Amino acid sequence: MTEEIPRLELEGITKAYPGVIANNNVSMKIMPGEIHALLGENGAGKSTLVKFIYGVQKADSGTLKWEGEEMIIPNPNAARKLGVGMVFQHFSLFDAMTVEENIAIGISKELASGDLNQRIRDVSQQYGLPLDPDRYVHTLSVGEKQRIEVVRCLLQDPKLLIMDEPTSVLTPQEVDELFVTLRALSEEGVSILYISHKLQEIKDLCHFATIMRMGEVVDDCIPAEESPRSMAEMMMGANLVSPEKPGKTEPGAPHLVVRDLSLASSHQHGVDLKNVSLEVRKGEVLGIAGIAGNGQMELMQVLSGEKLIDDPSAVSIGNEAVGKSGPKIRRNAGMGFVPEERLGHGAVPEMSLWENAFLSGSKSMNLMDKGFINIKGSVDYALNIVSEFNVKTPGVQHTANSLSGGNLQKFIFGREILQCPGVIVALQPTWGVDAGSAAFIRQSLLDLAANGAAVLVISQDLEELFEVSDRLSVICEGELSPPRPAEEFTVEEIGLLMAGLSHDHQDEKVAHA
Amino acid sequence: MPEWIVPALLTIITASTPLVFAAIGEIVVEKSGVLNLGIEGMMIVGAIFAFGVGVTTGSATLAILAGAIGGAAMAFLFGFLTLYLLSNQVATGLALTIFGLGFSALLGHGFVGKTFPGLPRLEIPFLSDIPFIGPLLFGHDILVYASVVAVALVTYMLTKTRTGLLIRAVGENHFAAHSIGYSVNKIRMACVLFGGAMAGLGGSYLSLAYTPLWVENMTAGRGWIALALVVFASWKAWRAFFGAYLFGGITIIQLHAQGFGVEIAPQFLAMLPYLATIVVLVLISSDSSRARLNAPACLGRSFHASG
Repeated sequence: MTEEIPRLELEGITKAYPGVIANNNVSMKIMPGEIHALLGENGAGKSTLVKFIYGVQKADSGTLKWEGEEMIIPNPNAARKLGVGMVFQHFSLFDAMTVEENIAIGISKELASGDLNQRIRDVSQQYGLPLDPDRYVHTLSVGEKQRIEVVRCLLQDPKLLIMDEPTSVLTPQEVDELFVTLRALSEEGVSILYISHKLQEIKDLCHFATIMRMGEVVDDCIPAEESPRSMAEMMMGANLVSPEKPGKTEPGAPHLVVRDLSLASSHQHGVDLKNVSLEVRKGEVLGIAGIAGNGQMELMQVLSGEKLIDDPSAVSIGNEAVGKSGPKIRRNAGMGFVPEERLGHGAVPEMSLWENAFLSGSKSMNLMDKGFINIKGSVDYALNIVSEFNVKTPGVQHTANSLSGGNLQKFIFGREILQCPGVIVALQPTWGVDAGSAAFIRQSLLDLAANGAAVLVISQDLEELFEVSDRLSVICEGELSPPRPAEEFTVEEIGLLMAGLSHDHQDEKVAHA
Repeated sequence: MPEWIVPALLTIITASTPLVFAAIGEIVVEKSGVLNLGIEGMMIVGAIFAFGVGVTTGSATLAILAGAIGGAAMAFLFGFLTLYLLSNQVATGLALTIFGLGFSALLGHGFVGKTFPGLPRLEIPFLSDIPFIGPLLFGHDILVYASVVAVALVTYMLTKTRTGLLIRAVGENHFAAHSIGYSVNKIRMACVLFGGAMAGLGGSYLSLAYTPLWVENMTAGRGWIALALVVFASWKAWRAFFGAYLFGGITIIQLHAQGFGVEIAPQFLAMLPYLATIVVLVLISSDSSRARLNAPACLGRSFHASG
């Protein structure tokens, strides 16, 4: 391989935004047919670099060589002409259009004309990516949506395929299928630049890895010769402290109980909840796995009181039936929430940290004084959160949207946990959070349970669920599988349940329970 | 057949044509994700531009052209403010209407009391002479035909062409369109200008053909009806066409009903078109899933390529 000309070579790429250097003197090489991993924590500068390669953004300095030739890629159209294809983390798809229209819009005019419909069928067959060009995108599963992006790239005969976090929304089985496709492409000489947080996948798939931290390339390695842990430490530049389950304690009485909950979704593309029952006991962590869009949002809304149920006893905290009560009453009953959307849902983006602390803690932390805000108390409370939960911020006067995702999530967790909730419900607690913060957040969930709280974690991240959960359940199309001790599950089993393929198996377990 | 039927139907056509223009233009604008509430303002400026140029030069062609340019100029103002300076679309649209009404009154000051001969009719020998059908289908002015052609062209463009696909894409998910590599604001600006020119044509029709006079505030809320028509038609051009004729029809029927001495207070009859707007909007929004599927997901949201 050493004799070959690299497909893509970057030299000294530097890009600064006001206040931050996103890329500092970044150099890397991608060979033909190589699956090259780009690793780094959030904010390490991976996205900026990829946007530069794809022509979305310009660099301040540095050169790009495509197959040995120095050039500038002014826009994504030029990138596509060269043979660079990109699969975005947040899909660049249009829900109200068909698969064919979505593909047509992402490729050049010449390619889009003629028998596009047939060519989509051909390519999807050839690479084992079944796809019906006439369906509307909003009717597809997340895995199918991703196939659209991949097929869109493949139609252009790419020489370099960039994939940004492609597996974060897939079931383990779908991941395997994707890897088969990617390996086949690599054999055909297509280079792949692969960005992921999932280090085990990188070890399984990638030939080479470049590791970035704070905008600079700090290391590279051959993933097959490393362990996920060693790669994580290279990314962080520090030792990774993985969460530890405190000594097993016998869980107490059921504290958060949901009984026979059914709810038709009010959203056009929403999921109906069907007969959901669950119990979270004091001192245990119940994990709910599932692919996004299978009712997690709806379940969270019902638990937090944003959606009220006609039957008050459908949801109860301790002995109190709260199905018909709003979030305030549930908070007073000792419930804490960590929603998925941090900005706008977990915190008010434009308000300062101490104001955000006040908003959820005004009652339980006694921050209200005869109808007036106790500013000093609120600021102290916020400072307390910042110091105990390691939030990196210049001060609590700063607004919530000035914090990075991981830091804000730590702040929100700290805010909820310091109120000593009897129950805490968290949806996607470490989505898009870097490894160090994620480990910290998971540890605090475990500690909370050890102190006798009932903890419910709804997540797509299986690794996370296995790390924190005592019992596990899977949600699929609004139905919840009966929970079982986490150590009884294998990843394959969960994958099948997530894909809704194991109903007979479930029935058997119901009979057991 | 009573002999007032044909003239009544003819007046329905003239009452509906301005609405067709304005609504078709706004559909394209909204499909691209921009909510322009300034239709009324663009129409009235189009009306005075057309009337002023028509009276001064005596040329109907120049007058129509001036009307379209007037509307597009107002739209450019709106597009520049909302797309490039990121001002709020709702507030800017409302301001555009208020500004347009005042500005047109200022421009039109010297034209009050003057008349314009009206637009020439395109008579077709023999065909125009067929009883009933002849006068209904033939012998209209160029703008009436243009409005029908515009409906067909816009429908074809939005559903069948790549341009239409781009417009819908930008209105559906502007971030995705941007990351694929399209210039969201350029596409939107083109749509806004088109919408303005169409509203200007609608206004020209009012001051050149419907009532060939200049009267302050002569659009009389038609811009708002056109806005309601867009929702009524769930963003489909051919439905907007029928909607416009329905509303035009109701407007005319209430005039005739007053003429026949129907014993209802005229104020109630005058309310009919607006009442119908409300009823239609309620009926449509009751089936929320269907309305949402056609509504552009990014409607009214500014786009800024950050990060």
